[in-house]
Amino acid sequence: MAATPSPALFIRAEWRDHVKSLISVLRDMNKNKALLMMVLPAAVWFVCFSYLPMAGMIIAFKEYRYSREGFLASIMNSKWVGFDNFKFLFSTSDAYVITRNTILYNAAFIVLGLVLAVALAVMLSELVNKRLAKWFQTGMFLPHFLSWVIVGYFVFSFLSVDRGIVNQALGLFGIDPMHWYNDKTYWPVILVFVFLWKSIGYNSVIYLAGIMGIDRSLYEAAMIDGASKRQQIFRITIPMLTPLMVIMTLLAVGKIFYADFGLFYQIPRDSGTLYSVTNVIDTYVYRGLKVTGEIGMSAAAGLYQSVVGFVLVVVSNTIVRRIDKDNALF
Amino acid sequence: MIGVRKKRRDFSQLSPLGNALAVLLAGGFAFLCVFPFLFVILISFTDEAALARNGYSIFPEKWSLEAYRYIFLTGDQLLRSYGVTILVTVLGTLISLVMISLFSYAVSRRSFKYRNFFAFFAFFTMLFNGGLVPTYIVVTQLLGMNDSLWALIMPMAVNAFYIMIMRTFFILSVPESIIEAGKIDGASEFGVFIRLVLPLSLPGLATIGLFSTLAYWNDWFNALLYIDSPNLVPLQSMLMRIETSMQFLLQNSNNPSVNSGLLQSLPQDTSRMAMVVLATGPIVLAYPFFQRYFVQGLTVGAVKE
Repeated sequence: MAATPSPALFIRAEWRDHVKSLISVLRDMNKNKALLMMVLPAAVWFVCFSYLPMAGMIIAFKEYRYSREGFLASIMNSKWVGFDNFKFLFSTSDAYVITRNTILYNAAFIVLGLVLAVALAVMLSELVNKRLAKWFQTGMFLPHFLSWVIVGYFVFSFLSVDRGIVNQALGLFGIDPMHWYNDKTYWPVILVFVFLWKSIGYNSVIYLAGIMGIDRSLYEAAMIDGASKRQQIFRITIPMLTPLMVIMTLLAVGKIFYADFGLFYQIPRDSGTLYSVTNVIDTYVYRGLKVTGEIGMSAAAGLYQSVVGFVLVVVSNTIVRRIDKDNALF
Repeated sequence: MIGVRKKRRDFSQLSPLGNALAVLLAGGFAFLCVFPFLFVILISFTDEAALARNGYSIFPEKWSLEAYRYIFLTGDQLLRSYGVTILVTVLGTLISLVMISLFSYAVSRRSFKYRNFFAFFAFFTMLFNGGLVPTYIVVTQLLGMNDSLWALIMPMAVNAFYIMIMRTFFILSVPESIIEAGKIDGASEFGVFIRLVLPLSLPGLATIGLFSTLAYWNDWFNALLYIDSPNLVPLQSMLMRIETSMQFLLQNSNNPSVNSGLLQSLPQDTSRMAMVVLATGPIVLAYPFFQRYFVQGLTVGAVKE
């Protein structure tokens, strides 16, 4: 007669399995010990600077109160308010204005940036004097290396009311000096211009690298068939660059909910009269946190940005993946 | 005859007219990119009184070195900020090179059992982030970095994008066979990494190092968020603060409670422009030489495993 195993023995057998799997996990970790040690510093960094803040997003649903007892106490002791912060945020006109500004500016940057960067890259690649092309490229790359603070000073030397050269030039035509930093009419144009000024050179270098990668024999074959330079550009260069253009554009679209804080904060010199055309999600969140102290609303706006931004990145990446697997982020 | 000449036209190059147009447009834009910097240099060498009369001018009526003399005589703050920026840049670049290269090397190793987990751990942060407010609260309250040099260094030390570039670089430039050979010879993981892998990866390290050097040198955002003490203000942030206090004083110049002596004590226009020149000088002088590595970084980043 087979002895039915007593329950105690049964459990013990299960334990044995647990212990075994624990041992094998430990053995694996021991085998990878050195590599795990290598990963550790940056992994800790990611926990501190990326994953803890993700968990901290919970404060968007709270009425945040700073507590002296530290981080956890602050979060635990803050009152749970559900979606109130979001209700407040979306009941103001701010939510609409910052969303509109962020998306419209980025859309303008993407479209104009693409056209101008590709045009410049094509021109640089076709210049007869290659040495000159190299010099031009170096010049165009310069703005990329400067901070927005410095660019802010540059712009000020143009737009200063009493000393700027734009007003001096207007004076030559008998036009009264403009109060640039208090008149929002022209700021959409100014911001788009400044952004393009800073970024086109950098982007055209990427496209130039793409053009350099095109098979030269295509051009030789076209020339034998008597294709003019213009035909070569529009029938070979541009079509061959199209995948790169599509990918760069889609990746930029994935980030359309994130604005360049420096551009929108430094260039208008944080001028209050201009907020309706210069306030974007990033500047709004910053001011809520550091200036007005509306932490709840600011956190809500940040969460809104992160979530919509995440959806956009995933969607645009899925599209990139369909077109060209190698260029997808994941 | 004309027909024959047309047929013999050289199609391998732009026509002279097209080339002239391209030179004009590309050259014009290149000039536009460099001009503001040259202009600021001109302003910094202009006589302050001439500036007050004529405004910023491309042809200064009177030249002067006064701005630079003023800075070197009274430039405690500038010197201190230079010090902060250099310290943060050097320390930050070193820390980020160590953390990034270790992490991305481990993740590039096929034999590392947890490579996919850690690769995703880093990569996910490129897609989703907690945003400014929770980050600020974690850094100031949990990590207690408020108003310290660490607040200028740590938030920028690691970046998932650099890790992806570096991992690709390790995979492409360090063959697995070299690592295996090193291990057969009895070297430890760390030994292999330091003696075999790093020497092979210098170009990649240079690229990442330059990216982060530039990022640290140009950073003002972390100072804006976390720094109060004037002793810890880096260059870019100092330039920003001068501007802000200037504006504040000008806006309130009619207000008797605001000390008008304060306005006098702030550096004048030419001196501020001279500070801009001194803050950007090192970059502008150096970047034509390391431009190549940036382009390299862009193209390496595009190649995937």
